[in-house]
Amino acid sequence: MPSAAIEVRDLRKAYGPVEAVRGLSFEVERGEVYGLLGPNGAGKTTTVEILEGYRRRSAGDVRVLGHDPAERDRDLQQRVGIVLQSCGFYPRVTVREAVEHFSKAYERPRDPTETIHLVGLTEKADARAKDLSGGQRRRLDLALALVGDPELVFLDEPTTGFDPAARRTAWGVVRTLKELGKTVLLTTHYLDEAQELADRVAIVKEGRIVAEGPPDQLGPGSSRYRVSYLSGGSRVEHQTDDPTELLHRLTRDAIARDERLEGLEVTRPTLEEVYLELTAEADST
Amino acid sequence: MSAMALAWEQFRFERKLFWRNPSAAFFNFLLPLLLLVLIATAFASEADELEVLIPGVAGMGVLATTFTALAFNLTILRDEGVLKRIRGTPIPAGAYLAGIIGSATLNACLQVTLVVVIGNLLYGVDWPHDPLMLAGFTLLGVVCFASLGVAFAQAIPNEDAAPAYTNAIFLPLIFISGVFYSADDLPQALKTIAEALPLKHLIDGLSEAIVGGGGDAATAAVVVAAWAAAGLFLAVRFFRWE
Repeated sequence: MPSAAIEVRDLRKAYGPVEAVRGLSFEVERGEVYGLLGPNGAGKTTTVEILEGYRRRSAGDVRVLGHDPAERDRDLQQRVGIVLQSCGFYPRVTVREAVEHFSKAYERPRDPTETIHLVGLTEKADARAKDLSGGQRRRLDLALALVGDPELVFLDEPTTGFDPAARRTAWGVVRTLKELGKTVLLTTHYLDEAQELADRVAIVKEGRIVAEGPPDQLGPGSSRYRVSYLSGGSRVEHQTDDPTELLHRLTRDAIARDERLEGLEVTRPTLEEVYLELTAEADST
Repeated sequence: MSAMALAWEQFRFERKLFWRNPSAAFFNFLLPLLLLVLIATAFASEADELEVLIPGVAGMGVLATTFTALAFNLTILRDEGVLKRIRGTPIPAGAYLAGIIGSATLNACLQVTLVVVIGNLLYGVDWPHDPLMLAGFTLLGVVCFASLGVAFAQAIPNEDAAPAYTNAIFLPLIFISGVFYSADDLPQALKTIAEALPLKHLIDGLSEAIVGGGGDAATAAVVVAAWAAAGLFLAVRFFRWE
C-alpha cells in the first residue's frame, strides 16, 4: 500500500489553448487535511475534478489511494467521498431518505442516522431538501459524501456562502473527519479556513503551486519575523529571520536612551499576508 | 448491492418522488387521460371515431410518459448537478438510468392500461383484439421513445429551455400522427412527415392490437424498432453528465 493518499506529479490540464493547470505536484499523506488555496480561476477545482475522476488530465501522473482516478474504478469510488462545489438535489426528498438511498450504493456504509447526526442535521432529518437553508443543504451534501464511510474526502469550497455560525459547524465536521483518521483534500479561497483546518496548505496561482507548507510556517523569502514599535508617533518596522538578536539590540539601545519601546510587537506574517504577497507577485509577472 | 439491486432501489426512489410532484404527475400522466375523456365525451360518440381515439391517446400516453418526461427530467437533473453527484458515487450509470427509465416505463404501461379500460367501461369499445400484440407494441414504443427522450435531453441546452424544446416536438407530433383523428385525412405533405416518424406507426400498431382490422402491423413494428435503434445509439453516444 503506498504511503501517500494522493500523489500528483507535474499535472497539466488544457482546455483548448488555455492551460488551466500548468505542472502541479503535491502529495497528501494519509490522515492529513491538505488545503488548496487560491483565487477563483487558479485551477483548484480543475485539479480536484481530475482527482475525483470527472475530468481527464492532459499530462502528468495522478494516484488516488493507489488508483488512477481516470479509470473510474468502482473500488476507488467506494472509498472516496465527494462534496462538489455547487450541486443541486431532488427538492422533494427528505434528508433521511436521501442519506438512506445513497448509503445503498456502498459496501460498508456508515449508519444513516449516525451520519445525519455527524453533520448536525438530526433535527432536520425529516425536512425536504427544498425546505433547508443554504448551510443545511451544504451539510446534506456533506452527509451524502460521508455515508459511504470514505477514507478520503474531497471538499470543494465547502463553506462558500455560509454564515459564520454555519462555517463553524462545518469546520467542526472537518475536524471530526481528521479525528476519525480520514484524509481530506480541501479547496478554499478563505484564508482563515485554510489556517484553521489544514495541516498543510498549497497556494495555487494560475495553475501552479507558488508556496506550500503548514499554514503557520508559510513565509515568503527570509522576512519571517516583523518587529515594530512607535517612535516619535510613527511606527518603525524591522524584518528579520532571527528576532532574538534584533530585540536585544533594540531594547539595549532604548534603555541606554532611557526610552520605552511603545507599542512593541513581534509578529509573524499571517497566511493572509503571505497569500496576498505571493498572488500579487504572480500578478506582476 | 449488485447493479440489479441498485437499479431496483433507484426505481423505488423514483416512484416515491414521482407522486411528490403533483403538477408534473398531472401533466405527464393525467392530462392524456383527461383529453381522452373530454374528446370522447364531446366529439366522438360514434364507434369508428372512438376506435381511432383510443389507440391514438394510448400512443400519446407512451410519448408523454417516456419521451417528454425523460427529456425534461434528465435536463433538469443534469443542470442541477444531480447527475454529476451520482457520477461521483459507486452507483453504476446503467443501474441509475435503468431505475429512471423503469419508472417511466411503468407510467407508460399504466397509461395504456387506463386508456384501454376507460375506453371499454365508459365508451363501450371492445377489449383489445390481441392483448399480446398490445403488450409488444407498448414495450417497443417505450424502448423507442424512452431512448429518444434520453437522446433529446442532450440537445436541450438548459433547464429553462426544457419545456419549449419538449413541446416543440410533442405538440406537432401528436397533431400529425393521428392521435385525435385519423391521419389519413391530413394533407399529403404532413402525411409524408408523419410516415417518417415513429408515433404514427406506434399508433397504427396499437390500433391493430386494440381494434384489429387487417392493417400492416409488421411495417409499424419495423419503423418503431428502427427509431428505437437510432434512439439507443444517440442516447449512449451523446450522454452528458454535466
